Amino acid sequence: MKEAIRKLLLPAVAAAGLIAGAFTAQAETVLHRGNGAEPETLDPQKSTGVPEANIQYELFEGLTTYSPDGKVVPGVAEKWEVSDDGLTYTFHLRDSKWSNGDPVTAGDFVYTLRRLVDPATASDYAYIIDDIAGAYDIRNGTQKDLTKLGAEAVDDHTLKITLAHPTPYFLGLLRHASVLPVNEKSIKAHPDDWTKPGNLVSNGAYTLTEWTPQASLTMAKNPNYYGADKVKIDKLIYYPTEDLSEEFKRFRAGELDVTYDTPSDQMKYVEANLKDQFQNSPYLGTYYYVINLTKEPLGKQRDLREALALAIDRETLVDKITQAGELPAYSWVPPGLHGYDQQFVDFKSLDKKARLAKAAALLLKNGYTPLNPLKVDILYNTSENHKKIAVAIQSMWKAIGVQATITNQEWKVYLGTRHDKQYQVARAAWIGDYEDPTTFLTMFLSDAGDQNDAGYNNPDYDKLVKDSAKETDPAKRMKMLEQAEDIFLKDLPIIPIYHYTTKHMISPKLVGWEPNVLDYHLARDMSFKE
Amino acid sequence: MLHYFLKRLGGAIPTLFIIITGSFFMIRLAPGGPFDRERVVPPDIMKNLLKAYHLDEPLWQQFVRYLEGLAHGDLGPSFKYKDFTVAQLIAQGFPTSLTLGTIAMIAALSIGLTLGVWAALRQNSAVDYTAMGTSMLGIAIPNFVIAPMLTLVFGLILGWLPVGGWGHPTNYVLPVVALCLPQIAAISRLTRASMIEVLGSNFVRTARAKGMPERITITRHAIRAALLPVVSYLGPAIAQIITGSVVVEQIFGIPGIGRYFVQSSLNRDYTMVMGVTIFYGALVIFCNLIADLLYGVLDPKVRYD
Repeated sequence: MKEAIRKLLLPAVAAAGLIAGAFTAQAETVLHRGNGAEPETLDPQKSTGVPEANIQYELFEGLTTYSPDGKVVPGVAEKWEVSDDGLTYTFHLRDSKWSNGDPVTAGDFVYTLRRLVDPATASDYAYIIDDIAGAYDIRNGTQKDLTKLGAEAVDDHTLKITLAHPTPYFLGLLRHASVLPVNEKSIKAHPDDWTKPGNLVSNGAYTLTEWTPQASLTMAKNPNYYGADKVKIDKLIYYPTEDLSEEFKRFRAGELDVTYDTPSDQMKYVEANLKDQFQNSPYLGTYYYVINLTKEPLGKQRDLREALALAIDRETLVDKITQAGELPAYSWVPPGLHGYDQQFVDFKSLDKKARLAKAAALLLKNGYTPLNPLKVDILYNTSENHKKIAVAIQSMWKAIGVQATITNQEWKVYLGTRHDKQYQVARAAWIGDYEDPTTFLTMFLSDAGDQNDAGYNNPDYDKLVKDSAKETDPAKRMKMLEQAEDIFLKDLPIIPIYHYTTKHMISPKLVGWEPNVLDYHLARDMSFKE
Repeated sequence: MLHYFLKRLGGAIPTLFIIITGSFFMIRLAPGGPFDRERVVPPDIMKNLLKAYHLDEPLWQQFVRYLEGLAHGDLGPSFKYKDFTVAQLIAQGFPTSLTLGTIAMIAALSIGLTLGVWAALRQNSAVDYTAMGTSMLGIAIPNFVIAPMLTLVFGLILGWLPVGGWGHPTNYVLPVVALCLPQIAAISRLTRASMIEVLGSNFVRTARAKGMPERITITRHAIRAALLPVVSYLGPAIAQIITGSVVVEQIFGIPGIGRYFVQSSLNRDYTMVMGVTIFYGALVIFCNLIADLLYGVLDPKVRYD
């Protein structure tokens, strides 16, 4: 009860403090940002999600980093050289400091990379640097010696990374949240609590000052950051905002400067009233239906898969159901990747009538008639949006005489059903990790394991994707990947539905938030209008 | 009284043990695991993860390990929120839920009792119908409708109170209202019903017959007896309200422990499920015990010797 009384008094004390602080706090600029969910962890090597990455990018800075429009730009590494065979990267580190004042050295990056692949760390994302020599063997336990990883500190300012094979997107990969550098000394000092305020040592533009799980996470400008004089916003407060409509209300009430998402049922209101504050731009993700190729009849008869793909009216789905400017998808790899020509399914050029006619003809050709209809079950995880889409697709398929049933399962059950290949057609989504088509294409290699839950197996496709990894000419490599996607789209192991777009509400006072396909926006590049 | 108290406390231990054992094995029956994601973790990495959390051991061994930890007050790490232990998350969130719940319960009790007694004294009058009709609304309209309506009206349209967030006294107002409305409804209806029954009973008639002033009859005799059903309702209700509400917490952005009850089982965060189940179980047992002891104070027929 004492505790309760104390807690009751706290707000009153806080209020007094606020009034007193109002005068001194005037000059301080604060960014209030809706961040979707409570971060699962701030440990870069252990986290997996977007809300975590958003925070980690403010706290830590990698060898390379993001420009506001999403380009790969120098981070802690000021410049670098790549050997002619594309296998050795030599990074020259700038003079920079951790928030505790220690210098950031090449050794810190070696420690971080080793920590990522060390089985003892148990990182979900350990495979992200499989391209580095030795990484694969260490993370799967065949190589116990961490020093065999192809990362070496030549001196404090020089880092040499050796790759297993040429990796044209390697500089972009080094920006991934799981390779953000961590401070060995602070981890050794507080093995279980190093991510807590007071313990967390970071090298980015901000440091962690407060963290109340499920309420807010506060970061303050890091005076030891090498670019500190260019950082304009003093304080960042990130809020977990799981309820989209409440997040939207908080934005409208002026409590948030940026939202994580925008509820689709508010789109009409936004269009009419807040259009200038709504940012809708392509995002590196695809919403699709995956088909279980190990099951008859869909798995064995490509014609049937094409009929199903033809019958889906993507434009209507996007206009009437998802309603947030998503792009109808006729390809697997989303648009917006530099140097990559988007590939499309063959029927993209047909109009709606011709598509339906072709779909009906394909069904008839394979012996499916109104008396003997094709029966399909659609699996999705319990969610209002997925349900709306499934119901719409069910009726679109009905129009060509396909009898579809829909089944919903709780998230973890649904994941199990998909990975055990106990489904016929399942809702799925994929968001790219880095800006290269391989982040979409490698998951459908025949030896990709559970991730290839379509059970797709085409040797030609495998060969093109795998050979492209050895190709040093970037243009030729892209051509090979384009061919691979073309084969993939002809085989139709999946039905693309739409490409995601980002849907942020952004305060008109905020400057420097530019759209980019990976949707990462660092506060160090932002400011407020006076 | 003390003897009774200790006996009940001793009886709680086997109850808790059954709760622990039951929930430990039941959550493992649910398909899927804490590390299943749409982005499938490669098998060797899954092996590392299971090993790091001792999930690769036989189930009975994990159970023994869990009991050992529990004996030392260790509820284990959260599988979902990896930077915190289950005990830390509960310790951080519970004071908030407790404060909020206590304020809501005090508000609900004072308003609910007043309304209930008032309605009972003016049975079948306009006052009665209005009070009971309104409280029916409180029961019928769920939290997930009331809470967004409150934020819309008071936060956005009128702009009197913040829509969400935590840390300022004004942040308490709307969540307290959302939490106490259904409780006011339940308490006032319960009070009215039992008050009407008590007003018709022999001892009240006797009190009135011997010329006791109506005010004294009501306050000293009738209300005291009429409170009994409310008290037995309050035991579990308090345990429920001070452990937070997933809906209210999510809508207002409150850092309580309510959401852990639902989310931990959806996430297959085994240790968190266990932690909140044990915590809630212990609270319900405790609150029921207090309610039973209050019975002794209120009802002359009940004595704990």
